[in-house]
Amino acid sequence: MLDVIRAELRKLRRPTLFLGTMGAVVFFSGLFSALLYLLIDSPQGNADRGQVISREVLALASGGVQGFANVGGFLGIIALCVFAAQTAQEYTYGTLRNLLVRQPSRMKILLGKLIAMKLFALIMIIFSAIISIGTSVVLAPTVDVSTDLWFSSEGIEFIYTTFLNVTISVVGFGIIGMVLGLLLRSPISAISFGVLWLLIVENLLVAVENSTQSWLPGSQLTIIATGGSADVPYTQALATGGAYVAVGALVASILFLRRDVAN
Amino acid sequence: MVNTAISVSDLSKKYDDRLAVSHINFEVPLGTVCGFVGPNGSGKTTTMRMLLGLITPTTGQGHILGEPIEHPEKYLSRVGAMIEGPAFYPALSGHENLMVLARLGGFPAERVQTLLEKVGLGDRGKSKYKTYSLGMKQRLGIAAALLPEPKLLMLDEPTNGLDPEGIQEVRALLRDLANDGTTVFVSSHLLSELEIISDHIVMLRKGEIVFAGPIEDLMTKQQPIIIAKTLNHADLSHIAEIAEKSGHHAVIRDDAVHISAPIEWAPTLNRAAFDAGITLAQLAPQLPNLEETFFEMTGDK
Repeated sequence: MLDVIRAELRKLRRPTLFLGTMGAVVFFSGLFSALLYLLIDSPQGNADRGQVISREVLALASGGVQGFANVGGFLGIIALCVFAAQTAQEYTYGTLRNLLVRQPSRMKILLGKLIAMKLFALIMIIFSAIISIGTSVVLAPTVDVSTDLWFSSEGIEFIYTTFLNVTISVVGFGIIGMVLGLLLRSPISAISFGVLWLLIVENLLVAVENSTQSWLPGSQLTIIATGGSADVPYTQALATGGAYVAVGALVASILFLRRDVAN
Repeated sequence: MVNTAISVSDLSKKYDDRLAVSHINFEVPLGTVCGFVGPNGSGKTTTMRMLLGLITPTTGQGHILGEPIEHPEKYLSRVGAMIEGPAFYPALSGHENLMVLARLGGFPAERVQTLLEKVGLGDRGKSKYKTYSLGMKQRLGIAAALLPEPKLLMLDEPTNGLDPEGIQEVRALLRDLANDGTTVFVSSHLLSELEIISDHIVMLRKGEIVFAGPIEDLMTKQQPIIIAKTLNHADLSHIAEIAEKSGHHAVIRDDAVHISAPIEWAPTLNRAAFDAGITLAQLAPQLPNLEETFFEMTGDK
């Protein structure tokens, strides 16, 4: 198993992929967090879908990780793309046959890939946390937001909890990407389908009928990252999102284990 | 003590209604070079995939190095393979690509550079795979197949894209490996290449075995053929017509008529050509080579 993980990491650490992904993570983490403070007095709001997160809310112990929690859904999309591409490219390049000749246990290949990609996602999340919280610390005083409670014992607990929630959310998105990669066997199809569904279809459905966000898969994973929402409690999002991921992973694993490698 | 590298019994693969491989049986003795020949779509790659555990047979059994093909984990660590051309990650260098496979198989990293040098890529190992020519990709594929120091090497069209010098090098490499005790199972459309290096031949057509056994058995079974060349190229078809009218199969290939007829018929042809006003530039009996035998046995041209 360790050999499979190390082999997969060698692919994931190539500069174009690693630096490109981390660059996007740094940029968007900084941007999402900065907008919270730069648009704090904007009538259009400073958060998702025109919501306003006030100075008082940002000054709470949870305020330091508000930007980090908000960027969680976006990190999920990045993870979905990376996981989908890394999985589906084995079919398009024809490299899966090489892997299976060198490691005939398909379950080991699948789990090794998943663990390596989770490690990649973890690095991504750590980068995002540092940039988001760092940006917040720098910008908060400029708009008169107090940071006194952010690093209190309660604040530190919020950092840990948010980190865990974002990690669960990002890994969930990643597994969905992997499932799409295994099912569609083409990076372009898998990424297009995943991104279109999450960014367009789900947003449209929620805009038309708000109650759909209590069961749509992408919404559940985004809500997990933010620790729950006013409409969907955290535990419900965790249970529903977890069920989607588990069923998808089961179906894709069975297909991967049984399907002929004929290309 | 197992003395066959590959043994296959009643092996079939069906895709929907199409039988890609039909109840084939053959054996490849240890330490030999076995050529695996057949036209495109005859089932060679499908057979190789079944032997490597990539696809599940519909019926039949197979054994590789004494282990059943249902358990590829028992033999693949001793098998090197390149199936349906080389396949690597374009954004990684040749060296990195081999490192991925070395890590995966648990092979020593030092072996990667040794193999790159062995296949003539020692100075291009750091270049990205996507910058490689077809011949270089092919060489990298062979290097990947040699990673496990295989007891059995399975190569699908390894000389595709190689220049004559490269083909000669691959031929020498395969022969050297066989001399060192490695069994080589190689498919190629260059039958003349296989004829030079193979001890055994497995011939496939439309998913069925046409011949499987030592190459000498195949060649000695074949009747000599008559090769006729005419002074005027336009007369070749006329000579072929004369042969066909006498009930002998004739094919025009390489500026000559290849006639499947007993040598004793050559004087009759000579007289018929003279009577028809055709001057023969050459009329000679010849043992068919593998390519001619293949065409003869498979009925293809």
